[in-house]
Amino acid sequence: MSQSLDEITLQLKRRHRQSRLMKWLSMGALGLAGLFLVFFFTDMLMKGLPAFQQAQIQVKAHYSEQASKMPPAAVDEDIRDLVSRGWLRLIPRQIQDQPKLLGTTRTEWVLADGQVDQYLKDHPNRLSEDARARVDEMVAQGRAELRFNLRFFTSGDSKMPELAGIMAAALGTVWTMLVTLVIAFPIGVMTAIYLEEFAPDNRLTQLIEININNLAAIPSILFGLLGLAIFINFFGVPRSTPLVGGMTLALMTLPVIIIATRTALRSVPDSIRHAAFGVGCSRWQVVRDHVLPLAMPGIMTGSIIGLAQAMGETAPLIIVGMVAFIPDVGGTITDAATVLPAQVFTWSGEPDRAFVEKTAGGIVVLLAVLIALNATAVLLRRKFERRW
Amino acid sequence: MKFIGKSIFIGTVAVGMIGVAQARDQIRIVGSSTVYPFASYVAEEFGATTSYPTPVIESTGSGGGMRLFCNGVGDDTPDITNSSRRMKISEFERCAENGVTDITEAFIGFDGIAFAQSAENDPMPVTREQIFKAVAAKVPVDGELVDNPYTNWQQIDDSLPDREIVIVGPPTTSGTRDSFEELVLEAASEEFPEYGGEAYSDVRTDGGWVDGGENDNLIVQRLTQDRTAFGVFGYSFLEENSNALIGSTIDGVEATPQTIASGDYPVARSMFFYLKNQHGEEVPAMYEYADLFMSEQMFGDMGYLKGIGLIPAHEEAREKAREQVASRAKLEKAELE
Repeated sequence: MSQSLDEITLQLKRRHRQSRLMKWLSMGALGLAGLFLVFFFTDMLMKGLPAFQQAQIQVKAHYSEQASKMPPAAVDEDIRDLVSRGWLRLIPRQIQDQPKLLGTTRTEWVLADGQVDQYLKDHPNRLSEDARARVDEMVAQGRAELRFNLRFFTSGDSKMPELAGIMAAALGTVWTMLVTLVIAFPIGVMTAIYLEEFAPDNRLTQLIEININNLAAIPSILFGLLGLAIFINFFGVPRSTPLVGGMTLALMTLPVIIIATRTALRSVPDSIRHAAFGVGCSRWQVVRDHVLPLAMPGIMTGSIIGLAQAMGETAPLIIVGMVAFIPDVGGTITDAATVLPAQVFTWSGEPDRAFVEKTAGGIVVLLAVLIALNATAVLLRRKFERRW
Repeated sequence: MKFIGKSIFIGTVAVGMIGVAQARDQIRIVGSSTVYPFASYVAEEFGATTSYPTPVIESTGSGGGMRLFCNGVGDDTPDITNSSRRMKISEFERCAENGVTDITEAFIGFDGIAFAQSAENDPMPVTREQIFKAVAAKVPVDGELVDNPYTNWQQIDDSLPDREIVIVGPPTTSGTRDSFEELVLEAASEEFPEYGGEAYSDVRTDGGWVDGGENDNLIVQRLTQDRTAFGVFGYSFLEENSNALIGSTIDGVEATPQTIASGDYPVARSMFFYLKNQHGEEVPAMYEYADLFMSEQMFGDMGYLKGIGLIPAHEEAREKAREQVASRAKLEKAELE
């Protein structure tokens, strides 16, 4: 029984049409995903870029006796409402720290009030007509302008938008991630090594394996509750600190690292183990000197992706008190701190319109860090990947 | 392994740092999200102008704050809790059970909630009962609780205009929403026998009520564009936008700083914070923080907090509150009854 040539041609045509259709559909899906991404990025950049600039104005600052008691007296009355209160309130301490300043008058560029900043950026603001006219005049004289906002990268949170920065949160993120890494990486890798290389294959290890896979899929907020119950209430680790935050996130990252490590170990071919056993290596020597080095790129990639995931996490940190108002930069892992995504969350709820750009600016920074981390993971994989 | 060696090294360094944790000069504050903006403003000022670090403030809600505050005395419990209501007797008793026996109450002012619309409309006086009928998920009709059937204000009461019900208000995460539910919905529901005297505060989800986001400004903007809509938001936003918006009188009382401070305006409440005097020796900074909070430049008539929405109390009330904090007056159970 043979089909006629016509039938075969027809069938072929249909199959080709189908495959073309599927190709177009997949390209369409990719295009749509790309479009969403482009839309999101441009929106964030458009809103966020103004945050990297800040209005400054030139004033004559009178470091007088009166100003050391009543800071607003340090500038002339006509621009008193245009300078930032964040700068004014520091004058008494400045005079105290540098007694030389007392009695002098200096021409300085100082931070402008948040409303002036919003006005210069053409955003909605509450500046009065009269104040706008004064700002316009200062701009014309070159005494008011937008400058690079270094403060955004060097200071902590503030209720005054012109003072608010991401440094406290960024440092908090660094400390938290360090704690997470220190706890999750060694424990995760060792667990995976035991399960993969040493443990017998029986009911118990199977049960453990299923549970680890389950843990990886648990909603992150539950880890927060666990952290609260165990670390804070039972062990008495101080609330709101990178220490407790890092420990909580480590619980969350552990399964990811274990699974990634096991996959990496499994991809090392048995011939390598057999050869090592053949020359008389002990089990631990085989793992340490032969299997682990070969699996390391895979382990690193998995760990970095796990960390990147933990870095973008807020839900468990709310529970352990890391979503708080933190204006002070710095400190150690036992000082109260917040993290980048939590900072973005806090800013998004501020009533002042000027925080809209701060929020977007924070997101831009967070995205840049995450992209850098993920790119490192991809590069590591590219560089060290071996095919057997 | 190099990697493991390195991580162990970093680990040791990190653990070493825990050892040098500082003596406590950092105040720990928890409590109400309504008081939070004011407390964090004072905290920032405190951190910037004194040699103490900025206090840590967590916004846990009034009840959550009381729970943490009353957990006991010692380093792992907060020094101060903010509250948008007075401490309850049950909370006072729990505090006492856990050894928190010396508490000072600080009264800081008022917070009002406006029910407002675009100024292009005619004023529309309402009662709390009418707002309840417009907002609640289930309302009593002919003695039975049914899904809210009202889509037009006139269906609720003939005196109200023929106008679609659209109310834009804060989401459940907001402190303003808590107050609104408590002071309007729960208060009104207790008047209806159908609820059996229980407080009811479920909000309808069929479109009559719209969550406007945490940002009250967004609600204000929405109202200026949509003339049909009413908005529920903090009183200070109504004051700032008085050219574009008009507030409704509630139960016949107009929202003004005077009526809110006197308690005549029904949708207003007092705000407090509570100091744990037993921490006073260990954390002396908490009294300096409290003094700054209670200074005229902060919570006074011309203070900074007024600029961000606080409704200051009358001068005598402020004077009394300040005196109470300065003398570390011990809160007695009888005062709360």
